[in-house]
Amino acid sequence: MSQGLSGAEQRLVTPGMTIGSLTGMRVGSGAIVHNDEIIATKLGWVRENNGTISVDPINSPYIPRSGDLIIGNVAEVRNNLWFMDINGSFQGLLPMSLAPWKVEYGQARQHMNVGDSSLARVQEVDECHNVVLTMKGVGLRRLSQGAVIDVPVNHLDRIRGEGNANLDRMKETSDCRIIVGENGRVWVDGHENGIDWVREALDIAKQHGHKSSFDSAMKKHEKKFNKKGDA
Amino acid sequence: MGGYGDVQLLREDGLRLDGRKVDEMRPVSIQAGILPAADGSAMVTHGLNVAVAAVYGPMEAHPRKIQRQDRAVIDVRYNMAPFSTSDRIRPGFNRRSREISKVTAESLESVVLVERYPRAKIRVEIEILAAEAGTRCAGITAASVALADAGIPMRDMIVGVASGKIEGTVVLDLDKAEDNYGQADLPVGILPNTGEIAFLQMDGDLSPEEYDLAMEYNFKAAGEIHEIMVDALKARYEESEN
Repeated sequence: MSQGLSGAEQRLVTPGMTIGSLTGMRVGSGAIVHNDEIIATKLGWVRENNGTISVDPINSPYIPRSGDLIIGNVAEVRNNLWFMDINGSFQGLLPMSLAPWKVEYGQARQHMNVGDSSLARVQEVDECHNVVLTMKGVGLRRLSQGAVIDVPVNHLDRIRGEGNANLDRMKETSDCRIIVGENGRVWVDGHENGIDWVREALDIAKQHGHKSSFDSAMKKHEKKFNKKGDA
Repeated sequence: MGGYGDVQLLREDGLRLDGRKVDEMRPVSIQAGILPAADGSAMVTHGLNVAVAAVYGPMEAHPRKIQRQDRAVIDVRYNMAPFSTSDRIRPGFNRRSREISKVTAESLESVVLVERYPRAKIRVEIEILAAEAGTRCAGITAASVALADAGIPMRDMIVGVASGKIEGTVVLDLDKAEDNYGQADLPVGILPNTGEIAFLQMDGDLSPEEYDLAMEYNFKAAGEIHEIMVDALKARYEESEN
């Protein structure tokens, strides 16, 4: 969650380092077995949980999973489908049948055009990394206002905080609507002062997200907004 | 690798022209994450060599004909800057950079878990800003640090090191004069944790005994460089931890 920072033992490992032996241990993400030893494959913090040893990567690309709430940008439109840039290795495909509108064949462009952002869910990911998106669902829509801000995927947990505590505080302080997409995009809508403040807060998350100084930096930033509001 | 016999490369006291011992490496320093726009990056300073590597991806491989259905392809582009040597280098791809790009890509493919990203491409750009012999080794070291920095899964890192022979003596880490006027050059890509060899090239001749000694030097140096690589990666996240 907080990338091993809160635990007593935090070990930063690099690819190729031995992080344990196979006896009685299961191998989690970010690790492989080589010669009966568990080897880290990514730069990150070692985590042991119920006999599973894994590496929480510091820097990683977004890997889509079905059910993820994401914010996509339309990259290409065909007669009956949209290709969305979802900040991952591959584009996501949104077919006409999974759009929230009744779309006539050839009219896809009139609902969403290249450059538009939308809130969608990952419907399905197959073994070839083909991603199918859906916009059928509560709250899934085209984003016609507000700002979309990019953040590192591996800092999302910290941005949300435990039980969304941090996110709720950010919403309360800035008086903005905030939606965090699993693919490292955050949508913010509200008063422009609030949007600016959230943008700065997310910048702090980018710089301090992997450090223990994150919480104090955020608290400091919260006070700054209150002062601005008084003036 | 002419082996010009009349150039003196070893001093009377047994040291090399720049004062190094035969098994002494040039100073190496590494910085990870120097390019904010890249997914991963690194700069390696090895003696007077300066190599910068940037990694982008994994991304969809284009054109589609280069896609592999079962694995990712690694697209390496090694390039020397026009100002990297005293003679200006004509910009663009040439035979030499094409060769180095190919061997680097193939050796990186042996460590990156390419089967995790079918149909994808991982782009690795290596730019040599300053050159003084051993740029392919500095480049491959930089590339593997940059890949680790980008969060690309790898089963090990690769360290590029070279040994060679000057005046009949096996030496570690040739500099420019030793490379130009020496008798052999043996650049190797070593996986520091497993001790495997990812690439090996040899220019000139070495006897089996000389080869063994050169490889012994290479493995020793690889251990030292690997420590610097690990420190560089860790420094990026541990340094301002307060």
